[in-house]
Amino acid sequence: MRFALVGQPNCGKSTLFNQVAGYKAETGNFHGTTVTFTESKVRVSGAVIHLVDLPGTYTLEGTNPAEAEAQRYLGSEQVDVIINVIDASHLAQGLELTLELMTLNRPLVVALNMIDEAKRTGLRIDGPGLQQRLGVPVLPLIANKGQGVLPLFSKALDVSRRSTPRIDNHLEAENDVKRHQLAGELAGQYVRQGERRITWRDRIDDLLLHPFWGYIAMIAILFAFFQVVYGIGSSIEGPIMAAFNGWTDQLILLVGTKTLWAELLFGLLQGISGGLAIALPYLIPFLFGLGLLEDIGYLPRIAFLMDGLMHRLGLHGKAIVPFILGYGCNIPAVMSTRILEEKQDRFLAAALAVLVPCSARLAVVFGLVAFYLGPLWALAIYLFNILVIALMGRILTRLQPEQTPGLILEIPVYRIPTFKTVFGKAWFRVREFLVEAWPLLIAGSLALAILTYFNISPALNWALRPVTWFLGLPAETGVPLIFGVLRKELSLIMLRQALGGVDFAAALTPLQMLTFTVFVVFYIPCLPTLTTLRRELGIRPMLLIALNTVIVAMVAALFVRGLGALIL
Amino acid sequence: MVTNNLLQVQIGTTVRIQSFEGGKALASKLRQYGLFIGDQARVLRMGVFAGPVLLEVNGREIALGREIAAKINVETI
Repeated sequence: MRFALVGQPNCGKSTLFNQVAGYKAETGNFHGTTVTFTESKVRVSGAVIHLVDLPGTYTLEGTNPAEAEAQRYLGSEQVDVIINVIDASHLAQGLELTLELMTLNRPLVVALNMIDEAKRTGLRIDGPGLQQRLGVPVLPLIANKGQGVLPLFSKALDVSRRSTPRIDNHLEAENDVKRHQLAGELAGQYVRQGERRITWRDRIDDLLLHPFWGYIAMIAILFAFFQVVYGIGSSIEGPIMAAFNGWTDQLILLVGTKTLWAELLFGLLQGISGGLAIALPYLIPFLFGLGLLEDIGYLPRIAFLMDGLMHRLGLHGKAIVPFILGYGCNIPAVMSTRILEEKQDRFLAAALAVLVPCSARLAVVFGLVAFYLGPLWALAIYLFNILVIALMGRILTRLQPEQTPGLILEIPVYRIPTFKTVFGKAWFRVREFLVEAWPLLIAGSLALAILTYFNISPALNWALRPVTWFLGLPAETGVPLIFGVLRKELSLIMLRQALGGVDFAAALTPLQMLTFTVFVVFYIPCLPTLTTLRRELGIRPMLLIALNTVIVAMVAALFVRGLGALIL
Repeated sequence: MVTNNLLQVQIGTTVRIQSFEGGKALASKLRQYGLFIGDQARVLRMGVFAGPVLLEVNGREIALGREIAAKINVETI
């Protein structure tokens, strides 16, 4: 038995999916957060159901890859019941897709989601009347609170056992214009709408989208976000690091330093402490905050504010999504370029998004620069990063002079995030770090221990010496840079190991810290991101983008070195 | 009744969408976001730095980049 969730973007399919299946799909108050489909097994009154969450689509005749995906799936796979989720506040819009789905002649159930919100804005929907007219079950749903979920699935099970009635031919429309009219008529018949009132949404938008205060608010919000992440992270990093350093010192007294086992033991400790002290304290508050901003619906507002400026990068405001997601992780950033219609937009957005310092690089920036030189220097690196991306955008658009069609984006209503979804989302992303990145980190530390013991590191360091020499870095930074390609945190954690586990301040000058960090921020995105690039864009674009990052990293780091030599 | 493109309209004006320039692909894209010829819409905001036009249409708010807004002809009502 397989149920597919189909609906327009931002109607709450993924929220429903996560309610039923536990947190498995990315959600956000933003279009196109689900770009691939997620499947999960769920149990409803004794029956095992494969539940599929499809990317949001306005129509089955979609044009961008995310929409094409939904269409392909419904056409190809065996789906037993289609659950059509509609945002109740936008019934007319939602019904257009419903009418289209009805022509497939498959078992169909319609869920009017966020019915509470619709009621709040004064909409009264005649569900039973609509159900009778459409000839398919119509049920109310409040997915984020879990209300109406069970009746919906029981009904879907019910429907799967019965034969599908033929669609009433008064409901068949020959094209999208006719469908729009029909849906509008249906909505007019079954929805009673109060007067448009000035809502709190308008009042908040008056500030947050204001031509002047909107930008001030945006900077303030992002700055506060940054400060909180740093405050929480640094207050945790210090004590944990001190504890691990203490244990390491005691271990040295106990087992000495010369044996392979001792090296491996230290490697293990470094790997564990690196994840625990350097990555997680910043990652958790960051992901929690990003989830909060996403669910409230602030991200599309940033797209609105930034559209004009993004044009100067040769992109439009929608491309801000990959950028913001990029600060969390470059992988979803690269995947989210699918919401862009033009292939050339996708390449450009991906090429720029991988230059955005992800949370792994955040660990390096905060763990090294902010911790030793102060948070203002970290901020400076972030600003420098934005400058470089802007410059790259201009250069790359010059190389691809075609014009792109521009921004079309829905600005959703604000939603009060539920703790459950925000927590679930943060945990979903943290778990990825715990099960994928951290073991890799520990393995990397162990590998480095072996390299040190068998004295292989010097050879690798020597191979990378042209680069490190050029940047004015100690030769020992070569190996950490190589390992950084696996995961960016590795370069910091392994740097500590490579420098003999000492305090960075004793081994590196402030300028070297800056140069190293800037290089790490820009050079080759990690291996998993490269894989995603290849999957999304192909092997040639992937190689081009990787090459580009190395060039950018070299130039940017050299610039910092030169500038630093002048002023520091 | 005056015909203009969306960029020439004052903030707060209610308009009726008359036609789209720039081909079938754009028109069908706009329809997916709920902009159909003959529909009523209201211009809510305009972004600075050549930012987008925010349009309320059928109860949704849609941001349109300048170059797209310039291709939408409307009459003020």
